[in-house]
Amino acid sequence: MDSFQQILFKLKKYWADRGCIIQEPYDVEVGAGTMCPETFLRVLGPRPYRVAYVQPSRRPADGRYGANPNRLFKHAQLQVILKPSPEDVMDQYLRSLEAIGIDLRKHDIKFEEDNWESPTLGAWGIGWQVMLDGLEITQFTYFQQCGGVDLDLVPAELTYGLERLAAFLQGVPSVYEIQWAPGVSYGDVRFADELQFSVYNFEMADVPTLWKLFELHEKECQRLLNAFPEAPDKNRFPLLAAYDQVLKCSHLFNLLDSRGAISVTERVGVIARVRKLAVGVAQAWVDQNQAEVAA
Amino acid sequence: MKALPFLLEIGVEEIPDWMIQPAVKQLGELFETLLKDNKLSGQVTSLDATPRRLVLRADGLPTRQPSSSDLITGPPKAAGENAAAGFARKLGVELSALKVITTPKGEYFACRRRTRGQATLEILSASLPELILKIYFPKTMYWKGKGSPRFIRPIRWLVALLGGRVVPFEIAGVASGRFSRGHRQLGKAKIRVQVSDYQQQLRDNCVLVSAGERQARIEAGLAGAAPDPSLLNTLVYLTEFPTPITGSFDEQFLSLPEEILVTVMRHHQKYFSVRNSDGSLAPKFIAVMNTKDDPEGLVRQGNERVLRARFNDARFFWDFDQQKRLADRVGDLAHVTWQAQLGSYLDKTRRMVGLVQELGGSEAAQRAALLSKCDLTTEMVKELTELQGIMGGLYARAQGEPESVWRAIYEHYRPLSMEDSIPSTLEGRLVSLADRIDTLRGCFAVGLIPTGSKDPFGLRRAAQGLVKILVEGRLPFRIGSLIGESGELREFLLDRIRYYFRDVRGFRYDEVNAALAAGWEDLVDAEQRLVALQAVRPTEDFEPLAASFKRIRNILRQAQFGGGAGVDESLLEPGPECALWEAFRAALAAVQAAGPDYGAKLKAVAGMRPAVDLFFEKVLVNAPDERVRRNRLTLLHGLLTEFSAIADFSEIVTQGNQTE
Repeated sequence: MDSFQQILFKLKKYWADRGCIIQEPYDVEVGAGTMCPETFLRVLGPRPYRVAYVQPSRRPADGRYGANPNRLFKHAQLQVILKPSPEDVMDQYLRSLEAIGIDLRKHDIKFEEDNWESPTLGAWGIGWQVMLDGLEITQFTYFQQCGGVDLDLVPAELTYGLERLAAFLQGVPSVYEIQWAPGVSYGDVRFADELQFSVYNFEMADVPTLWKLFELHEKECQRLLNAFPEAPDKNRFPLLAAYDQVLKCSHLFNLLDSRGAISVTERVGVIARVRKLAVGVAQAWVDQNQAEVAA
Repeated sequence: MKALPFLLEIGVEEIPDWMIQPAVKQLGELFETLLKDNKLSGQVTSLDATPRRLVLRADGLPTRQPSSSDLITGPPKAAGENAAAGFARKLGVELSALKVITTPKGEYFACRRRTRGQATLEILSASLPELILKIYFPKTMYWKGKGSPRFIRPIRWLVALLGGRVVPFEIAGVASGRFSRGHRQLGKAKIRVQVSDYQQQLRDNCVLVSAGERQARIEAGLAGAAPDPSLLNTLVYLTEFPTPITGSFDEQFLSLPEEILVTVMRHHQKYFSVRNSDGSLAPKFIAVMNTKDDPEGLVRQGNERVLRARFNDARFFWDFDQQKRLADRVGDLAHVTWQAQLGSYLDKTRRMVGLVQELGGSEAAQRAALLSKCDLTTEMVKELTELQGIMGGLYARAQGEPESVWRAIYEHYRPLSMEDSIPSTLEGRLVSLADRIDTLRGCFAVGLIPTGSKDPFGLRRAAQGLVKILVEGRLPFRIGSLIGESGELREFLLDRIRYYFRDVRGFRYDEVNAALAAGWEDLVDAEQRLVALQAVRPTEDFEPLAASFKRIRNILRQAQFGGGAGVDESLLEPGPECALWEAFRAALAAVQAAGPDYGAKLKAVAGMRPAVDLFFEKVLVNAPDERVRRNRLTLLHGLLTEFSAIADFSEIVTQGNQTE
């Protein structure tokens, strides 16, 4: 039986062998691997790119104080981007399951319609949830638009739910019982995060402080976006730094939401504020890359 | 000419199950049109589909179009040899091929030219790409980069065979050929097929191309399962080689309400639930795999584990939600958006309680309205949204609310469709009505009005449900008091009322028009008039009388007559005119005497037919004497209007006036 980390090694190796660079997780809080610049910004523009990385993904509202066997505040996604998507992308995906020891002839695989959309990022795609013996293990998406921009090359995005996959492979009923490494359980490594962040996110996060932070990051992002059109040398303009501010805003929004601090009327408006920034960065990024190609 | 079979297989990545049947049907229609437009004989003989392929088979195609011959007229003979030579050159024929024909305008040079029909292969080759991309899907994608073709999912292979030959074409870089693909896990990735052995070759590679065959294979394993045609159909189009397996779950979960268990199994896992012979839920499920067997039981165990986790979650939600009573959740609805411009569910709830009160609802009905949306704040409904309403009812019951309250909450989303039943209690009907009225009024007030096929807030369904509840719940509320006296909402509702009577209840459209023209403020009354009208329709006097009413309406319209003071008996001519007046008064008396019995009323009206017929046969309405003429128009006007409270008979389409 492979440990959690062994499964990760194998998947990374598998995708590295298929031309993906292996990135490390992004170091700003995100709700999903899609939000990392390695996906959100790299899918834009005409340059091919292949990357795979494990991204811890924080969803404050999903926290359960470590008490629910299947739900986590922070879960790990393996994010694979193949841009453009190769013709045999689905076969490549299925082979990756074999690489971690799933004998496809002995299991039931279905691709069920599940289109992905992120209103905060102005992004959407068409795809499936991949069901293995009735368990959803992967989200498979052909990106169509990101930051409100139609994509030049259509990337395939594969998002593996790693805890689910590991619990399946190890045959354990709770994610906390997953063997992370020999002699060390997932619970040993992660339980404290789940408990403490649930307490913080639901009970102790200071709402006025969160709002203040949200506004500061929003302002900083907007300041940069306003400066971009006039910037003399586009290539060195820090759009990546501006995008970090978007991620901060998005995470703060999620925190405020889990604190129940966003009222009905505010909600749509706040999402629109984050989207405006995301779309702004995406469009500037496209300009920047065109400028670079021209130069 | 030799007749050829044709096979087209469009190989696609997994198409959403619910889009497959309409797509393959349309493929057939487009192909039939292609044949017809190109004067090709032959027809589509089968249409099949799996998630990964749309398959069309046609037979009896010719190798080429029939050749045609047409006569091309050139210059007049009088124009001479030079003109004729020019004409022949233009057509590319020898001068000797021309002949002279005689037309009404004189003699002309002419040439009969035969055009050889185009080869079928060429026609198909040129037309198929466009035909395939024309298939309609509700949401499409591109996959080869910006500006490339759109389809439901990427096209990965194409088989197109006319007889033994490949029909060559290309879509988004995929060239047609003679190679199909088998089942993803169990079949070969490249299978050479012929038109004749296609189905068998695929069967050998674990793909059952025929939906009927897949369905039979699933049904064979469904013993004991609760019938569920829609789930069955989903699974037929979610698999290429379906095999049902039976799994079980711990009996302890049976202590949860079965609505929850069934919903988790059906909506989230696509399992059939299984019932014992006494109708109770058995601790079993049937899953349908997309593979041929499960020799080691791995698939069964996997599904059982997933279900156990889901049921554990459900139990957790059930216990957790009970910690806060529904009644204590009303305030929390302020945080649940109903619609951005229309506020929260708390606002909606308050309006609903007010409406139920206005409709004369009991204390129980008002309490049900107050609690009806509280389940939206429960973890269970956040997870299993299909159970909204039902969960509210179950929690209310568990929390000791009386049946009149919990049942009303439980059923207040009914009817979910026109086949669904309306809430079984008066309280439930009132809560459901209040919910729908509030939705319709609110959305129309802020301009969220459905257009074309777009109806994101389900207003058509809301309105149809409203109509169904009023009629079938026998609730004689005035429409005006429910939705106001004017505006787009009334038009919208009238449309739904027509739809309900016509398409759901099966009344003929002209009967619906006739009955509604006489009013639709009270739908219970409208329905009774419609039923009576339908009953009297086949009697021999009715349609001729309806034709006469139409004639009367035309006469009055032509005369621009809006009604007189009253019939002056002294001006009536003895004979048919007096007889009509007598028949009219007798019918009027009978109608009044019949009280609420619309059948008897209509019988009395129909009884006037001989008198009306005789009148029109013998009496000239446009009498030379203006006073007599006006008196006759007054009589006819009375006839038309007095009975129009039941139905506008002139709306009835009869054999005689259909073509007018």
